[in-house]
Amino acid sequence: MKRFALWAPLAIFALLFAVVASGLFRPAEKVVRSAMIGKPLPDFALPAMVPGKPGLSSASFRNGKPRLLNVFASWCIPCIAEAPQLMQLKAMGIPIDAIAIRDTAPAIAGFLRRNGDPYERIGSDKASQVQLALGSSGVPETFVIDGRGIVVKQIIGDIRPENMAEIVQAVKDAR
Amino acid sequence: MIAEAGLAALWFAGALAALQLVMAAIGIARDRDDVAAAVRPVAIVQGLLALLAMALLIELFLGSDMSVKLVVENSHSAKPWLYKFAGAWGNHEGSMLLWVTILGLAGGAVAIFERSLPERTLTATLGAQATIALGFYAFLLFSSNPFARLNPAAADGLGLNPLLQDPGLAFHPPTLYTGYVGLSVAFSFAVGALVTRDVGPAFAKAMRPWVLIAWIFLTLGITAGSYWAYYELGWGGWWFWDPVENASLMPWLAATALLHSVTVLATRDGLRAWTIMLAVVAFSMSMIGTFLVRSGILTSVHAFAVDPERGAFILALLAIYIGGALALFAARIGTVRAGTTFDPVSREGGLVANNLLLSVILGVVLIGTLYPIVAASFDVQLSVGPPFFNKAAGPIALLLVAVMAVGPLLRWRRDDAKAVLGRVMLPIGATLVAAIALLFVWPGVLPWAGLSLAAGLAVASVAPLWKRNLKRTPLFTYGMVIAHLGIAVSLAGMASDSAFTQETLVAVRTGEPARVGPYTVTLDGISPVIGENWSALEARLTATRGSSERILRPQLRFFANPPTSTNESAILTVLDGQLYTVLGQPDGQGRWQLRLWWKPFVTLIWFGGVLIALGGMLSLLGRVRRERRTAMRTQWA
Repeated sequence: MKRFALWAPLAIFALLFAVVASGLFRPAEKVVRSAMIGKPLPDFALPAMVPGKPGLSSASFRNGKPRLLNVFASWCIPCIAEAPQLMQLKAMGIPIDAIAIRDTAPAIAGFLRRNGDPYERIGSDKASQVQLALGSSGVPETFVIDGRGIVVKQIIGDIRPENMAEIVQAVKDAR
Repeated sequence: MIAEAGLAALWFAGALAALQLVMAAIGIARDRDDVAAAVRPVAIVQGLLALLAMALLIELFLGSDMSVKLVVENSHSAKPWLYKFAGAWGNHEGSMLLWVTILGLAGGAVAIFERSLPERTLTATLGAQATIALGFYAFLLFSSNPFARLNPAAADGLGLNPLLQDPGLAFHPPTLYTGYVGLSVAFSFAVGALVTRDVGPAFAKAMRPWVLIAWIFLTLGITAGSYWAYYELGWGGWWFWDPVENASLMPWLAATALLHSVTVLATRDGLRAWTIMLAVVAFSMSMIGTFLVRSGILTSVHAFAVDPERGAFILALLAIYIGGALALFAARIGTVRAGTTFDPVSREGGLVANNLLLSVILGVVLIGTLYPIVAASFDVQLSVGPPFFNKAAGPIALLLVAVMAVGPLLRWRRDDAKAVLGRVMLPIGATLVAAIALLFVWPGVLPWAGLSLAAGLAVASVAPLWKRNLKRTPLFTYGMVIAHLGIAVSLAGMASDSAFTQETLVAVRTGEPARVGPYTVTLDGISPVIGENWSALEARLTATRGSSERILRPQLRFFANPPTSTNESAILTVLDGQLYTVLGQPDGQGRWQLRLWWKPFVTLIWFGGVLIALGGMLSLLGRVRRERRTAMRTQWA
């Protein structure tokens, strides 16, 4: 028994080693995936960002129709890159709402003038609080929300032309 | 030429490490004293060559040699010289070279200064040290060459991470690494003793100063690192349970346990196997720490490079060294004669309790740090945060504090429970008085227990000096008293900070006051400032408290190379705490975000840390002096 116990530290270390080695060859994920997928949107009510366009509340997502929720900012370069794709989605009849992160009204107005305005509603998230509640770690990010207000898909980073099909499909499935 | 000379020095050092290992092996296996005698000088030269390589790398950084890849990737010619100098180890390759340099120098120091260990065990020890060094030289030369050239040379460098552009970088890594790698000496001693089956009081006495040195540096390194993170990151926290912080805490916990168990071995010839085990564990924790940081397996501010190949290399070294030492332990320790036994109520008993509790905390931290990796292999993503560590380790740490208060008041070998109770009456009284007084300002359970126990420990820690002739009290007793007092002071600071800190986040216009704790803070204005390689927006804040008025200047700093912004906090230190201010973003309508903290007695945390290290130094001085005196006496007798 005593002799056996002496080998215990080595055995524990071997176990530890196996765990760490297995961890090494599947490095930690560097992107923060939302834990919100499959869950209802957190409750929020954001004030309007620009005059003439309503603000955004979680209640407005529960009207039976799937929508996109785009998290963006006027100071974000990839947001400019994804603007044409958003315009295209809007043209397909997919409604899009937005949350503007740490932004001001004139800057957003300018951004929409330059890059087009695909949004029905834009909420102003001054302190990134709703963004964090959504489990989003940066801009731009886009969520597909089904008609009951449940998050079904998250796209991290700008929407590329090659992402379009999967987004359209996700919206179709969410119906 | 300098880069090639550095690379050559590194190769020579690696070759000497191989030679050192072979000679030590021949010396011991064939009983060839003549061969063994040459091991010492080889170890010294090996250390010096590593130092030369490090010096040459620093020279490359100082001269901004943009034909060297590492310099290009991590430096910039417009950087202040201090950051060029310290930037030499502010990156993966450079910090590994620093690691190996300290390893080599530690071996050299043992070769020069260690005279009390039997020659055979010393040869085995230096052989073990060479084995460790050999692996890490190979790592540098084959997968992390710091001297690699870049052809064609770059026009200028990419710059150093601005978070690292702080005087702290010049001191923190070398201090911490000296602590980490200093523990390799304890590891090699343990391996040496296992090889020659020579574990006893003489061995413990020889090992103790080396453990103490590493432990002092670790303590200072952790203390300084904590303060650095506190003012540089601008989050107002002093410990984040970040994997890399844990990586430095784990060797410290093991070294602290080792420090106490080695005393039992030296004084009473007890805890033989346990002490050897701890010596192995302590340096293993250092290596695991290095691996965690260098492999990129955990995401952290400290992680420079995400590179599975390097990670695999270090992991293989870990498997060889730790696995080898543990196997040697299992095979050999059975043949080491058991030491003496003792009564549970005794100084030894107290030290065993100390060791057990430290080990449990070590286990908790280790599990918490590795758990995300384990979970990831089952496809679960999670992070283990402060709530887990505080809840799991906090109560055990407080229990440890209680043991620490009583331990030094116990007699060696056997003590009488009743007499002990009489001796601890005063500390218990202090604890109770503090506990009752604190009920009126209820700070929460853990801080309440922490502050009360800190009061008790403060009284108990000076009790060993009670009724003693202070002039004749040995220096190492003072060392213990001051180190334990340091724990009490630090604990009081931690508890006070977590219980009484006040924080406000405000958006203010110029002239608008904000209140935090006893201070009223007014934003006087924002102005641009230009630094050597950055520009900043600087707020001028007037902090008033009663009739005293002080100016603080927190900055939002922008670096061009690489383009990043950092928050430079401004801190006002007064006798009863710190006012910590951070300038945030403007809201575009004339208001600025300010984050203000009032942290009562928070400075005690680091003051306590320094006291602990000071205690270690006195202890070291006292031990070395006594050993020398004993040696002299035996010489003359």
